[in-house]
Amino acid sequence: MSQDREHHHDQAHHHHHGEELAPHGSPLTDVQLRVRALESLLVDKGLVDPAALDVLIDTYETKIGPRNGANVVARAWVDPEYKKCLLADASAAIAELGYIGRQGEDMVALENTQKVHNMVVCTLCSCYPWPVLGLPPVWYKSAPYRTRAVIDPRGVLREFGLELPDDVEVRVFDSTAELRYLVIPERPAGTEGMTEQQLAELVTRDSMIGVAKVKVPGR
Amino acid sequence: MNGVHDMGGMHGMGPVEAESNEPVFHHDWERRAFALTLAAGFGRWNIDMSRASRERMPPADYLRASYYEKWLWGTEHLLVELGHITPEELASGKASGRARDAQILRAADVPAGLKNRRAARMDDHLAAARFAVGDRVRTKNLNPIGHMRLPRYARDKRGIVDRDHGVFIFPDAHSAGGKKIPQRCYSVRFEGGELWGPDAGPRDAVYIDLFDDYLEHG
Repeated sequence: MSQDREHHHDQAHHHHHGEELAPHGSPLTDVQLRVRALESLLVDKGLVDPAALDVLIDTYETKIGPRNGANVVARAWVDPEYKKCLLADASAAIAELGYIGRQGEDMVALENTQKVHNMVVCTLCSCYPWPVLGLPPVWYKSAPYRTRAVIDPRGVLREFGLELPDDVEVRVFDSTAELRYLVIPERPAGTEGMTEQQLAELVTRDSMIGVAKVKVPGR
Repeated sequence: MNGVHDMGGMHGMGPVEAESNEPVFHHDWERRAFALTLAAGFGRWNIDMSRASRERMPPADYLRASYYEKWLWGTEHLLVELGHITPEELASGKASGRARDAQILRAADVPAGLKNRRAARMDDHLAAARFAVGDRVRTKNLNPIGHMRLPRYARDKRGIVDRDHGVFIFPDAHSAGGKKIPQRCYSVRFEGGELWGPDAGPRDAVYIDLFDDYLEHG
């Protein structure tokens, strides 16, 4: 690891692409140079439209994220008929709310209960339901989570502050094919009077991956 | 392939470290690498080819690389392997001519392109299912050099079919040349003890999405 850091450090100081500097004035790293070179090459060759890159980035950085999934969960909490549809055909029920697209074409909803706790991983790469949760956080894509979620799920949950009683069954879903999973966390007690909108604000990304429960602030 | 990407069950990687209020991207180059991968691949290669390409990254580099570094590596290599750019162009960053293939993802087409549904489903094909929900199955002991989606930790293991997901593109063939072979995909439940032995939690189970070719009656 330290060898690698030195390697990158050295390369960054070679200035082998002229005087290119990052916005804060320091030399560009190897990976920054590679991305920049690839983009200019693909644009010059007519393989990529730079304006399309901007639209893609804006879509996933500002338009698609876990608030979408939170709206699905809140709807399922307040509308038993919707929840039934969601558990029977998640792709259709989620599309009904307008959340369709890449990495969410074929959805499965998993309901967490007092007796069954579902959590989701992709041990082989980092498959994740983009239309409802956005792009995955670094920890979800990291070796510790990908290696341990299947062999030590309760240990992983403990690191997220979730200690499950022994009588709760833990089901880990390894998304190895094109199905994408959305966990429907338990609706917490004390939320009976809340509106769908208020409920959606309580639902966290982690609770929809299945590494946390939904909490009510101040309780 | 028995690559380092197939990491379920490995030890020694340390604790899971979550970052609070994590941004979608940590660096501008991550934004560009992400978008370049989607845009360059649009209509030129499929997702199984992308995954297979990243899996070919040398194992020590793979473990050291961040997520978008893996994407960048996979994209660079696919572009060269499929003949869209030459190794010389990649090394120099200078185009030696325009691409012959005129297809390009335009900004105006991005929203529609992202909403293309049912990309991997092939439900019109191969109606018969070899396994029914509740069937006992055993995964095969397969070790192909090419791309496969049966994790190493779940080979030659017994489980029970929990759901029939329907028919999808078989990723193994799709990753090698893009041939669309319809194949049924099931969610199979494996008890923790079957996968990990007596130290596994007695109430832990793993569900894995597996294709017909990975399974036999057991």
